[in-house]
Amino acid sequence: MNVCRILMTMSKEPSKQNKTRYIIIAVVIIAIIAGAVAYQSMANSSSSSSASQSQTMMSVSSIMSSTEMTSSSATMMSVSSIMSSATSSPMAGGTMPATLPTVALLGAGATFPAPLIQTWTVQFNQMYSGVTISYNPIGSGGGIQQITRKTVDFGASDAPLSNTQFAAAPGLTLFPETLGGVAITYNLVPFGLANGTVLNFTPNVIVGIYNGTITHWNDPAIAAINPGVTLPINLITAVHRSDGSGTTYAFTNFLSDVNVNWATEVGYATSVKWPVDIAMNANGVGAKGNAGVAGTVAQTPGAIGYVDLIYAVQNHLGVGAVLNAAGNYVSPTLQTILWAAQNATGTPNPSDLRLHIVNAQGAQSYPIATYTYMLTYKDMSLNPDLTQQKAQVLAYFFWWEIHGGQQYSTGLDYVPLPANVVAADEQMLLTLNYQGTQLLPSSLMTG
Amino acid sequence: MQTQQARRSSQKHGASPSSLLHIALGIAAVAIPVITVLLVYEIGNGSIPSIQAYGLNFLFTSDWDPFPANGGPPILGALPAMYGSVVTTVLSLIFAVPISLGVALFQAELAPRSVRAPSLFLVEMLAAVPSVVYGLWGLFALVPFMRVYVDAQLGSKLGFLPIFAGQTDGIGMLTAGMILAIMIIPYASSVMREVISAVPTSQREACTALGATKWETIKTAVLPFARTGLIAGIVLAMGRAIGETMAVTMVIGNVARISPSLFLPAETIPSVIANEFTEVAGNGVYLGALFELGLILFGMSFLMNLVGRVIINRLGFKTKQ
Amino acid sequence: MLDYNSKRKYSNLLYFFFASVCFLVALIPLISILYYTILNGVSVLSLDFFTKVTPPIGASGGGILNALVGSLVVVAIACLFGIPLGVLGGAYLSEYPGKFSYYVRLLAEILTDVPSIVTGIFVYQLIVAATNHFSAWSGGIALGFMMIPIVAISTNESLKLVSSTLREGGLALGISRAKTLIYILLSTARAGVVTGIALAVARVMGETAPLLFTALGGQFLIHSPNEPTTTLTILIFDFGTAPYANAHAIAWGAALILLLMVLGLNIIVRLASRLKVKGQV
Repeated sequence: MNVCRILMTMSKEPSKQNKTRYIIIAVVIIAIIAGAVAYQSMANSSSSSSASQSQTMMSVSSIMSSTEMTSSSATMMSVSSIMSSATSSPMAGGTMPATLPTVALLGAGATFPAPLIQTWTVQFNQMYSGVTISYNPIGSGGGIQQITRKTVDFGASDAPLSNTQFAAAPGLTLFPETLGGVAITYNLVPFGLANGTVLNFTPNVIVGIYNGTITHWNDPAIAAINPGVTLPINLITAVHRSDGSGTTYAFTNFLSDVNVNWATEVGYATSVKWPVDIAMNANGVGAKGNAGVAGTVAQTPGAIGYVDLIYAVQNHLGVGAVLNAAGNYVSPTLQTILWAAQNATGTPNPSDLRLHIVNAQGAQSYPIATYTYMLTYKDMSLNPDLTQQKAQVLAYFFWWEIHGGQQYSTGLDYVPLPANVVAADEQMLLTLNYQGTQLLPSSLMTG
Repeated sequence: MQTQQARRSSQKHGASPSSLLHIALGIAAVAIPVITVLLVYEIGNGSIPSIQAYGLNFLFTSDWDPFPANGGPPILGALPAMYGSVVTTVLSLIFAVPISLGVALFQAELAPRSVRAPSLFLVEMLAAVPSVVYGLWGLFALVPFMRVYVDAQLGSKLGFLPIFAGQTDGIGMLTAGMILAIMIIPYASSVMREVISAVPTSQREACTALGATKWETIKTAVLPFARTGLIAGIVLAMGRAIGETMAVTMVIGNVARISPSLFLPAETIPSVIANEFTEVAGNGVYLGALFELGLILFGMSFLMNLVGRVIINRLGFKTKQ
Repeated sequence: MLDYNSKRKYSNLLYFFFASVCFLVALIPLISILYYTILNGVSVLSLDFFTKVTPPIGASGGGILNALVGSLVVVAIACLFGIPLGVLGGAYLSEYPGKFSYYVRLLAEILTDVPSIVTGIFVYQLIVAATNHFSAWSGGIALGFMMIPIVAISTNESLKLVSSTLREGGLALGISRAKTLIYILLSTARAGVVTGIALAVARVMGETAPLLFTALGGQFLIHSPNEPTTTLTILIFDFGTAPYANAHAIAWGAALILLLMVLGLNIIVRLASRLKVKGQV
């Protein structure tokens, strides 16, 4: 009996120890919650204090840049004289350093230039074995979002930032690193179309497909501009992006330029409400990334989609010819895209490198051409993850992109930057700084 | 006596290993409610911009226009995603419940002793396959199969029905429902099996003594007895299906649309979040809407799991995790 | 018309038929998945596959080294958080049965089924947004949050199976509760606890959604868990949805490796526990 009582009392805790324990546990819970709340508010206040810091930074850097302007205007003049006199190839531009320190950098953004950017990071890593730059293609919208929140070291977007987006990320700037064409791609070989047939599209036909008014491939509107081609009777599956996309931006920008109805009803943005999704009898499908759209088109007979040219070519999909401003049906090739750029770029301004080249003039200019931009903070110290060393390596990577990197463009169906754009980019890159210290030596220009 | 001495001595010495351990145990146990509270707090906090902007209308709006053409504020609604989630879940239940019941009956009643263990093992392997591998298989094996054999046949024979109208390219709610069904069969069937096995043998023996066949035993003695537990299994499977992300995202087409046709692409709440979360471009309301969708999803899944687990606890069974 | 007894006989047969067919039908996807994965994955396996990092989108060649390492790192971090908190939590639930434990146990059971995407956005908000930094740490913590309830419940179950006489015996000998727990109870339940942990690891290794917004992805081998990284699961998702044949091949290869690891762990654990049961006195 005694033993039993002892066992029973031992298996129950004495109430005093019980109370202390519960008090400790309660204190721990409160501490954890309080800590979490405090941590959150600290994170918020640190970003607001860094905002006030960045304001002082900006005023300092604006003073610095104004003094730089007077001294560098002479340099600019000599650069432009070099540009106009000699044929400066994109591969020139100063000597890169022999070694760079071991750093890891992170970028994210558009899927449109992803094959090229990822090739660049691999090449750069082969040149400088300690430098690992990871680029994650999550869509232009993602690139803008993540660089605005400073969760990545650089962003990439085909869609140029709007003034509102610039206002949300003070100190952010952009520069074009390559350009390409948005191809209209389709999968009709399973329905009898010969492999390699080039279908003609007018802007209004494309609008009709994506707003659900043209639902079948043998629609008279399509047949009229494609004499001699037996179009299948099947339904068109119109594939578009489901994520925020600069490719969508360029595509809808083009459609808005050429069709007033589209401009008022749908407009252009990185993500739009596609009329084909809700139209009766029409079939719209969303896919993630250029890769997703190309993949869906490749696996869906009767599908049409808009993707960066390389995604269509590598997937052996049909690529259409689009009616341009001059009245010609033009297929996207490196040449036709380059003509569009040359005709529509004008004189790029290093302080605002947003360029609009859809629906360009020129007999054989491809109408849906677009630059694609890298997003970075002019003063890289605004990104708390970047040390000066990392910022300098990143700046060198940018520099290499527009020079040595351009040799990889044509192999991946991107167009090398025209010389005047490279020059403007160089001007912009030389203004990259870290709390005022210029990151790239000016000697790069004269190399 | 001796133990009371030992306890007193530990109290005298202050923090003994025993009380340290108990504090550690307490902290660990408390971790689970704390994580839950943190989760609800963070997601709720993130949803605030959207709740303030839309209020209750969010649940009934079927537009999803993050960047309206006229440049105005985003018009977002949860209805397309909720519709897709509900339809795919219901579809998956329609397919999975009979099959799970059959599997459970097979494993609990029918299989001879030598087959039973392997049968349990094989169905558990089905549960062990990662969701993204299901998605990969779905994309390359199931979608073409559905497109050619199932959708085409249904479309040509029953195309007059609105649920089978439309283009059949294999990507859509029907395929997503099928994949979900395959994924929840192990869960539903394991709960059902436990419940069926737990019916007391006295009931079965009584039936057999009266001359009933095996089927009649099950029909009259086992199933009615296990009815509540079977429902719990279905509810748990529902909770599982509604939260499934990767496999569904890869085969559902990702379009914000409400359509009666099962062949057409749609979206579910997890697929919307997976597709659009990283790209919300600095827009408080858009991000808030995604968080609010996450909150709705968590709420639905929590509720279903709560109901299912409480029923099972009441019945006194242990369930497979 | 059949007579009554024949009807009964045939409906019984029908039931046999139905149950067996259901079972076989349930197996078809399993066989199909194994078939496709092995068929498509084996052809891409090579030394390069295991020693090279992921190729740029659309390029040929490359391997899964960084994804493999990323998976291991992220799962290791998950274990770091999940195992101690899970085991200790489960031990609490069995040591102090009561109302609090009942509700915590119920909560844990519900949490095992929380949609993994919700965990993903939760940890994004908690860690990534607060620190403005994607990292393998945040991915591991997200997976750790998923592991804790699973390990807690399995530990609790294993401890419940230990006969109470062992606990009472330990206390009767004057051993403190802590030592009783550690040296007697947990070591007796060791097999069950390890099984639970192994199954939780297998489950967590196959997760993708929580990692999409935390570990994000990467092209190279990471130097430290502070960097974002790709994992086998992220790789399968990204490359599986890309339109390139080489990307698909790599995705299938990664799926094969992942499937081998996950199923292998499941099989080993179940075999081991059954052998133990057979061999026990």
